[in-house]
Amino acid sequence: MAEAPLLSVRGLNAWYGEGHALHGVDLDVFRGETVTLLGRNGVGKTTTLRAILGLVRKRTGTIMFDERDLIRLSLHRVARCGIGFVPEERGIFSALTVDENLLLPPVVAPGGMPVEEIFELFPNLKERRKSQGTKLSGGEQQMLAIARMLRTGVKLLLLDEPTEGLAPVIVSRIGEVLQMLKARGITVLLVEQNFRFARRVADRFYLMEHGRVTSGFPVGELEARMDLLHEVLGV
Amino acid sequence: MTMIFGIPVQALLGQLLVGLINGSFYAMLSLGLAIIFGLLRIINFAHGAQYMLGAFIGYLLLTWGGIGYWPALIIAPLAVGLFSAIIERLALSRLYKVDPLYGLLFTFGLALVLEGVFRYFFGVSGQPYAPPPLLAGGTNLGFMFLPVYRGWIVLASLVVCLGTWFAIEKTRLGAYLRAATENPSLVQAFGVNVPLLLTLTYGAGAALAALAGIMAAPVYQVSPLMGSNLIIVVFAVVVVGGMGSVLGAIVTGYVLGLVEGLTKVFYPEASSIVIFVIMALVLLVRPAGLFGKDA
Repeated sequence: MAEAPLLSVRGLNAWYGEGHALHGVDLDVFRGETVTLLGRNGVGKTTTLRAILGLVRKRTGTIMFDERDLIRLSLHRVARCGIGFVPEERGIFSALTVDENLLLPPVVAPGGMPVEEIFELFPNLKERRKSQGTKLSGGEQQMLAIARMLRTGVKLLLLDEPTEGLAPVIVSRIGEVLQMLKARGITVLLVEQNFRFARRVADRFYLMEHGRVTSGFPVGELEARMDLLHEVLGV
Repeated sequence: MTMIFGIPVQALLGQLLVGLINGSFYAMLSLGLAIIFGLLRIINFAHGAQYMLGAFIGYLLLTWGGIGYWPALIIAPLAVGLFSAIIERLALSRLYKVDPLYGLLFTFGLALVLEGVFRYFFGVSGQPYAPPPLLAGGTNLGFMFLPVYRGWIVLASLVVCLGTWFAIEKTRLGAYLRAATENPSLVQAFGVNVPLLLTLTYGAGAALAALAGIMAAPVYQVSPLMGSNLIIVVFAVVVVGGMGSVLGAIVTGYVLGLVEGLTKVFYPEASSIVIFVIMALVLLVRPAGLFGKDA
């Protein structure tokens, strides 16, 4: 029998106020996988991440993670289950130094990366550890947003558009970091518009349209589906 | 007699000391208000009542239990902090999702109830509270007479303000507080129990007010209205310093206390409004306050 998924979402509906944003999202993410959500702007990719985490509170359906239903848990308990989050806007705190930003998220499980190792991986952050978090460049802030999740021992990382607005050299650096996460066995659910980036790191794809997942396929079938994707994504 | 600008030096220094004492209380009170506003986005109108409660707990401990100033300095803030934390849990926490006006109205109502209860039992006249023997009397500094207790207030309030500033700016709990002030839901999404942090913050802010209250008991008298007399000025201090700015609240508290003292020397008629005039001017030039970040 196949292994149970680490994250299994069924019939997820979510609302922003009166706006019905998700219409029954189904998806599975298995241990150690990197799964990418594709779709045009406004189809509910970011909302899916935020609803899994509980940042969008008005939702129905089931979100099973490690045999627990997250939908019943209060927001801070979801992270404690082992889920990390790198928001689209990066969420670097201006009132905190780089060091404080890095040390902010509480450790939720053993097995996180020690700070020294993180600084080896991101030497820029070490040089600027006393600077105000938001004084970093966009690329450095993105690195910091990912780096602070490495310490905490999360099992699943939700990454929202990590390459948005960044220079190609930074994008390729983030690609390396994602490869490293995979090597360490961290499961990643990624929202990404940058197709060329996503195909480098993802094992599987889900395509979202109008608040639903309309298809899912492994990276090997990507070539065969290119025409459909171009049509749906308009790229 | 030495004169400066036609004013005797003794009178000048005496008023500066009074200003510094008042400033010490402005600083401690506006500090608590600023922390509470920063994180909870609630304008805590009960702050004056919590200050009064601190003084009354000290007074009652002494008259009913014979428990003196030093234990009261610990007990009063703890008791008021606990009481306020319970209020936050039961009532205030339900108001975060609605218009901030409700929080303001609730705390205003709470202040009226607390003051009303104490006025019913103790009347409006002040009750005396003697300073502890260790801090009684005074010393002659050569150029002026310094009551020991007043020196203690200035010193103790500086320690309290700097200690609070340090806790917020340099500790891990302080980093949670600053981060949650900026983006509470993201901090909670990282696994920090933000609702608990809000409760603790409200309790700590109220405890600071109570500490100021028990420290004020020997200087001003203990009366149910002692808080409402002071709190309006403290609100002006917070506005001048910048809503939510901790350093701004501390510095502005002391400076405006001194300015008020100087005004009493040079133009006494303006002394009760000078802080509000400064507030109006600051609001015109820098609406976010002197230390506030422009939104």
